[in-house]
Amino acid sequence: MAEEVLAFRDVTLGYDRHPAVHHLSGAVTRGELVAVCGPNGAGKSTLLKGVMGLLSPLSGSIARPDDGRRIAYLPQAAEVDRSFPINVYDIVALGLWRRTGLFGGVSRADRERIAAAISAVGLDGFERRTIGTLSGGQMQRALFARLLLQDAEIILLDEPFTALDAATVRDLIALVERWHGEGRTVLAVLHDLELVRAHFPRTLLLARSPVEWGETRAVLTPSNLIKARHMCEAWDESAHACEAERAA
Amino acid sequence: MSPYELLIAPFAEFDFMRRALIGVIALGLGAGPVGVLMMLRRMSLAGDAMAHAILPGAAVGFLAAGLNLFAMTIGGLVAGFAVAIGAGAVARATQMKEDAALAAFYLVSLALGVMLVSLRGSNVDLLHVLFGTVLALDDPTLLLIVGVSTVSMVTLAMLWRPMVVECVDPGFLRSVSRAGTPTHLVFLALVVLNLVGGFHALGTLLAVGLMMLPAATARFWASDLTALVLTAVLVACGSGVIGLLVSYHLGVPSGPAIILIAGGAYVLSVLVGPIGGILLRLMPRRHLEA
Repeated sequence: MAEEVLAFRDVTLGYDRHPAVHHLSGAVTRGELVAVCGPNGAGKSTLLKGVMGLLSPLSGSIARPDDGRRIAYLPQAAEVDRSFPINVYDIVALGLWRRTGLFGGVSRADRERIAAAISAVGLDGFERRTIGTLSGGQMQRALFARLLLQDAEIILLDEPFTALDAATVRDLIALVERWHGEGRTVLAVLHDLELVRAHFPRTLLLARSPVEWGETRAVLTPSNLIKARHMCEAWDESAHACEAERAA
Repeated sequence: MSPYELLIAPFAEFDFMRRALIGVIALGLGAGPVGVLMMLRRMSLAGDAMAHAILPGAAVGFLAAGLNLFAMTIGGLVAGFAVAIGAGAVARATQMKEDAALAAFYLVSLALGVMLVSLRGSNVDLLHVLFGTVLALDDPTLLLIVGVSTVSMVTLAMLWRPMVVECVDPGFLRSVSRAGTPTHLVFLALVVLNLVGGFHALGTLLAVGLMMLPAATARFWASDLTALVLTAVLVACGSGVIGLLVSYHLGVPSGPAIILIAGGAYVLSVLVGPIGGILLRLMPRRHLEA
């Protein structure tokens, strides 16, 4: 049996006691390419934050590699301050953080790696451009170049293809498949179900509570999708304490 | 008046002018880069809040020991660090944004300071704290200012990478390192240190001017970070030197003169700066091909 790299044990994640991900159990094995799908507010981004350790579970637990640096995380693009005067080269070079840390220098071999990553995402010639001058697609390419350099075993992508044109999505999905081919584990939050069916062997359909988790074909069925759509919107001010947690 | 009499003689002839010169250059070297980071973090007004927070601490030091460098510095540092670290900790531990936490803390600090001063029932002359005495820097004060500047530059050089990443992509920093919160607190500490160093020369409120005006000015001349920092340092030191000369020749107070020169540089840059300056925007120019 393949090695489990992430294990969710009846985990509930949320904000201010209100669950956003409710009683999720399951595991991700090494090298899996998993899509996380579900309606808005289904807890998909919350789940990735939980995996990163940016959010502590309200109950249950998430087992992940002890060395959190083995996980790379691309949050929704809005978190980058695009007005900051930093150029493409420097933002991509941050991907070497695991090697350089707070103080380490960048060696000649590192510089070659940075150039190769920039080239791999098709941003040759953009090295000295400040990030404020990039289009949305170019910015996302730069962030993927940074992910390439991070050389992580587990890669978490939160809606990485939102608002991108077809050519950019095609180029970036090729990188995701390259990571999959290299045996890395990838979890990606996605809304485009056609894209998921075409490229992601496994899917977790989440609607606060997990609807189904397994082979993409078996998960993305019309009945499961209807079930997910009818999920109750989270956050009820007058909600009672969860019975399942009391029983546990 | 010859150029020598205009530019060199005041410093060559008077010891207090030479001390002031060293003081303003040290302040510019320390406060310039800190100001750039403050501006890029959208914390330009936080410096002003912090200066208000330091004021009561310095005043209490003044009350306790008179015009004593050590007491006033310690008072300012304690008040400044309490507000900076308290606000930073509340912002990180709760849902409150840092600007609101900072406002809450500095207002309490200010009120507490006024209360303490009034309880002593003394009509303290706070002009020194408010406006500084750049033309009367004694040896210990000068050492303090130069020391602050040195600590500031060395710390920035060591923590430059996390400080920049904390500004541009804090989410990324959280994902690769736990250095985010300590880095931010060290940065706030640097702000307090520079303001405390600055208040002996310029006063608590004007000290913010030498931090923020050069940074805001640099934004109109430089588009990458290194150039921004160098320009800000140049503007800060330049304003200091020119301000001292203006003060000497025209017989006006030196602190406000220095900040007004920096303000003049800012206004000029808003008008003619090559990056986003008003005149350049008004000038009709043909658009480019690509």
